[in-house]
Amino acid sequence: MVTTLGVVLTALTTTVHPSWVDVGTFSVSAAIILAGAIGVVVARNPVHSALMLVMTLFGVAVLFVLQRDPFLAAVQVIVYAGAIVVLFLFVIMFLGVDREEDVALEPLRGQRPLAIGLVVLGTTGLLLLGQVSRWTTGAPHVAGLSTGPESNVYLLGRSVYTTYLFPFEATAALLIIAVVGAVVLARRPPVTVNPDPDPDTGADAGVGTVADPAPAGGGDPVGELGGQPAPAAGGMAEEGPA
Amino acid sequence: MTINADWYLALSVVLFSIGALGVLIRRNVLVMFMCVELMLNAANLAFVTFARQLNDIGGQVLVFFVLVVAAAEVVVGLGIVVAIFRRRANATADDLHAMKG
Repeated sequence: MVTTLGVVLTALTTTVHPSWVDVGTFSVSAAIILAGAIGVVVARNPVHSALMLVMTLFGVAVLFVLQRDPFLAAVQVIVYAGAIVVLFLFVIMFLGVDREEDVALEPLRGQRPLAIGLVVLGTTGLLLLGQVSRWTTGAPHVAGLSTGPESNVYLLGRSVYTTYLFPFEATAALLIIAVVGAVVLARRPPVTVNPDPDPDTGADAGVGTVADPAPAGGGDPVGELGGQPAPAAGGMAEEGPA
Repeated sequence: MTINADWYLALSVVLFSIGALGVLIRRNVLVMFMCVELMLNAANLAFVTFARQLNDIGGQVLVFFVLVVAAAEVVVGLGIVVAIFRRRANATADDLHAMKG
């Protein structure tokens, strides 16, 4: 779909040379991107934030197409809008946190004006820097041409599997590590019945991290987890039904 | 002709700033994650623009890697959020002071 859109856009812009097509597409996409980004920040409901994020991601994908990069646009839609945002929505629904947040509450006094001031200052500085100097510097096509008779996917794939082969393998290792980390994090802590209440553990409970075991692992008595000995985290992690 | 690259880069700067603002002022951990995604997308847009401007495939390859890193980051980050929510009913960033000395 995106590739078709790219082909149509390319045909339009190369045959007729109407710059208004590019200008119009860019303007609409930029408006969508900025509206979505502001929506992510100001929406009080996390679900609305996630949907606004989808809007922004689609706008960025359109800009990828506009810059003759249809493959990354498709990957952007599939991976970001199709996987990452769905993961976000899944976690939001799973945890049941889709309720309104009290935006007016400000625990750190003066943090918001300071943050807004800093961000506005940095943005203005960067935009001015781009105006007084040149936006793009550097040597052209160091890693290989991005345009040519071959298709975009061919060039990208050749570069990934030759020049950037080691980073590519490193990302494979990174993904494996991420999977293992997610599995370890999602594991329920072993439910141990503490026969004698430890005074040290009771003192730790006063800090404020009172772990309620009922929603944690009460409803799911998994045998292999329950059979394990005391966890390595010791007194910090397990307050237990003392 | 196509749009001048300056416009893309200016849009990227503004998008990054909105994301950074969101990370700074929001307290919900999930929304802060989404704002990090906004910042990564701004970087992606800048990469693709530079790739077009310099006629260099390296920028597009970097976007590819940024996508992978973003996916891994979201998986681990959401795992941490789920693990925190299992212990505490609500997890805004202010409540996460269990490890404070």
